[in-house]
Amino acid sequence: MRRDRLTFLMMTGLPAIQLVLFGYAIQTDVRHLRTVVLDESRSAESRALIATIGNSGNFDIIGDVASREALRDAVESGDANAALVIPPDYEREIKGGRTAAVQMIVDAADPQTSAAALSGALLAAQARATQIISERYRLLAPLDMRVRPWYNPAQRSAVFIVPGVIGILLTITLTLITGIAIVRERERGTLEQLIVTPISKTSLMLGKLVPFVVVGYVQMTVVLGLGKLIFDIPIRGSVLLLYVLTVPFIIASLGVGLLVSTFARSQGQAMQMTFFFMLPNILLSGYVFPRMSMPAPAQWIGLMLPLTYYLKVLRGILVKGVGFAELWRPTLSLAVFAVVLLAFSVRRFSKTIE
Amino acid sequence: MNDCGSPPAAPLAVETVGLRKAFGALVAVDHLDLTIPRGEVFGLLGPNGSGKTTTIRMLCGLLLPTAGRASVVGHDVATEAEFIRTKIGYMSQRYGLYDDLTVYENLRFYATVYGLHGTARAARLDAHLAALGLDELRTQMAGTLSGGWKQRLALACATAHEPEMLFLDEPTAGVDPAARRAFWTSIYELARRGTTILVTTHYMDEAERCQRLAFLSRGHLIGLGTVQEILTQFAQPTIEDVFIELQRRDEGAAV
Repeated sequence: MRRDRLTFLMMTGLPAIQLVLFGYAIQTDVRHLRTVVLDESRSAESRALIATIGNSGNFDIIGDVASREALRDAVESGDANAALVIPPDYEREIKGGRTAAVQMIVDAADPQTSAAALSGALLAAQARATQIISERYRLLAPLDMRVRPWYNPAQRSAVFIVPGVIGILLTITLTLITGIAIVRERERGTLEQLIVTPISKTSLMLGKLVPFVVVGYVQMTVVLGLGKLIFDIPIRGSVLLLYVLTVPFIIASLGVGLLVSTFARSQGQAMQMTFFFMLPNILLSGYVFPRMSMPAPAQWIGLMLPLTYYLKVLRGILVKGVGFAELWRPTLSLAVFAVVLLAFSVRRFSKTIE
Repeated sequence: MNDCGSPPAAPLAVETVGLRKAFGALVAVDHLDLTIPRGEVFGLLGPNGSGKTTTIRMLCGLLLPTAGRASVVGHDVATEAEFIRTKIGYMSQRYGLYDDLTVYENLRFYATVYGLHGTARAARLDAHLAALGLDELRTQMAGTLSGGWKQRLALACATAHEPEMLFLDEPTAGVDPAARRAFWTSIYELARRGTTILVTTHYMDEAERCQRLAFLSRGHLIGLGTVQEILTQFAQPTIEDVFIELQRRDEGAAV
């Protein structure tokens, strides 16, 4: 391994790069939208509203614009993602006890970005409205909804994504690298050379697969460590339990890798096949995109991927801190995958080497 | 495992009766009857696609025969492949070396796979390296060796366990004449010590070094005997002429 630099790089570099890329880049929570303000009221009331919205965390007030045209320019050029328009009669309407209308324009080309902005704007306006009412009538708000975001109170996506990186990485290592390694042995003739030796098929396969199990566990440990260090992800449950429940996932993934190696005739083919397998894993397993929002067929495909269940185990143990009692169902599914995939691929592998 | 005083060996190293291998509709080898006594250097010749490699692969237990039977060192290839594997060595055109292991590591790996350990293994490896002149290169990566040296290393790996029977599938393809000569010296040395050798080749000078030859054409055995017997049978001046005559017949039949 010391000499096969490329493989070594793929095995150690991948965890780090994936972790940083996905940990930092995939921020499904949109914060700090750049916001310009067209304040035609220029009053104490309008400044109070701007302050409320600016303090919500969803909007960063980056400046004032003088006109509707300037506002449009700012949004169209992408300098601003949102624009707040306060009409000239804003203060007058509020003072007069009538309903004042304000406008929030959001660049909603990306629905994910805009969703947070839209709800953020509504919440800020409601907060301000409640404040005005309670000041005016010296009343206390009749209802106070206290939302408690469990498990991830700060709602950071890293908490959600980083455990998933472990699942994705294990999938890559155990299917892609395993598949390629075996196909390479076939290409070079070393596999054939080994088959004519007295070594048993079982030892041959174990010899090929076990090192990757070790690599998988090392990667997992690296990501857990770096995730804790860089992203401060929680490790609430038992790491030991996680390592144990990873076994069926590893076996299932190795089964896929072995299966790929029996179909692929060259390393390039193995790469393509694995890529074909990786795509649904990344998109449909719930790694980044919530499965609940997917159309039914996409959800069904997701149910056929071991990673979908493994992500439940990962997030359950790391983020929620639950134990086996809560995780026996995904574990059972993983075990079924493991048995079926391994049995099938070993059978096929034995056949190809007769 | 390979000590002296082992039970009396079967007189035949290889025996096939009606051996046949079909890949779907394609019959690669058909009705092959072949006997090779122990200690012989036996050449298997024939144009590309004549079934040489398929035959060797069946004898090594890499392929199961479709019909007929074959035994190697007295044991059936279909039912006793595991046992046969401890007694044979196999070297293919691709050599089966790990490019990113050193010469010594390759050799040690294969010796270990054949069940050699400890001081016995170390002694055996040293002897092999010395015999093949690989001693100076023991720390060089196998991937950086020239063709001739790779071939020698592959031979060393295939014979690390001192097999009774050695299968060589076009062992000298793409190797320069000097290396080929050295290789054949090693082959004769192995034969002298009692190893039976079955070799396939395209080189006619190599064919003429074999004690007996078998010509395969389109999966059938069409000539068998010493070089002289073959020349007489086909009424040709040299083995090369026999070969070309066969190839011509093959092409004629294919049209």
